[in-house]
Amino acid sequence: MSRLFVARNPRVAARCLDGEMMIMSARDSTLFTLNRTATILWQAADGTTPLDEIVQSRICPEFEVEPAEALKDAETLARELAGHEILQISEEPIPQRNAPGESPGESR
Amino acid sequence: MPELTAEVERFSLVIAIGGMPIRVNTADPDFLALLEGRYSGFLGSSENAEVEFEVELVRPGFADPAAEVRVTHRMGRWSLTRGDFRAEWEPASRRGWIRQSANPYSIDAVLRIVHSLVLARQGGFLLHSASALRNGKAFLFAGVSGAGKTTISRLAPPDATLLTDEISYIRRHDAGYVAFGTPFTGELAKLGENVSAPLAALYLLAQGPENRIDPVAPGEAARSLLANVLFFAEDEELVRAAFHSAFEFVSRVPVSRLTFVPDARVWELIR
Repeated sequence: MSRLFVARNPRVAARCLDGEMMIMSARDSTLFTLNRTATILWQAADGTTPLDEIVQSRICPEFEVEPAEALKDAETLARELAGHEILQISEEPIPQRNAPGESPGESR
Repeated sequence: MPELTAEVERFSLVIAIGGMPIRVNTADPDFLALLEGRYSGFLGSSENAEVEFEVELVRPGFADPAAEVRVTHRMGRWSLTRGDFRAEWEPASRRGWIRQSANPYSIDAVLRIVHSLVLARQGGFLLHSASALRNGKAFLFAGVSGAGKTTISRLAPPDATLLTDEISYIRRHDAGYVAFGTPFTGELAKLGENVSAPLAALYLLAQGPENRIDPVAPGEAARSLLANVLFFAEDEELVRAAFHSAFEFVSRVPVSRLTFVPDARVWELIR
């Protein structure tokens, strides 16, 4: 089974405020507020860490869920976020460029 | 055979909102008079207008002013269109044109859009909110239609100066913000005063059984602010700028929920 890679879409603006991640599509100004799971996924989506590793290291310890079940849910979530053009997903690593001085998971 | 030429006399006025003078030129003296009445209190005499528009008046046709506004940027030029007008503006040359019929609503929309674009680059914005000045401080009252912007404006005591009952003008200044009066009116149909003051608070309006002020979590404050910012441009850089400006704003200006019963006592809380 192929692995899935996820990366933050550079065409969005993002800010985390009091643990609440808000993302605006720069294309059509739609505002999204991410829940806790989506926030973890967004922050870890560096384009090079496979989704199963993100689930194993970041999501399972946070929510005490079975890895297989968590991975299934994370894949569904990742595809949903990709549908909103918040995340990019691929079966290959996705090169990412961050602006100098940019905070992880935030874009300016 | 002598060349036939026609010299068309141009009339001009300067509309200064938020300290930004915009010159409008027209060949129609009646339209000029209409604008002088519409923007009375916001007319300037500056020779150094930041933007200059040539208005070309066309015969009224079927045009829907409620049609969607499109604001796009290409090759250094902004293009603004709605059912009732077309306009272009080139920031580098500070010049542009507007094609519309002789009515005050179309040019009003163009002015709002141009101000929103200029402010977005400077960390400011136009906000769907009433605003007033009291004790040397400005207060914003934001909310969707029906939340009470007109009501709270109507209830303002004599020592409060109304800046607008509909669209507030917010400019970044030093470590804070300044609110300016605007001629952009809502149901009250009363022009704001052309004055400004440092911004003291943003209140999110709600009508309820008692007058009270409650704190608002930063996330909700940012979301509510973004929901009320007037922004039209289909431009990624400017969308990003507006987004981050909203977060900057909520980190510097207190945002609270103001629940009020519709009588003048609510103003006892606003000082």
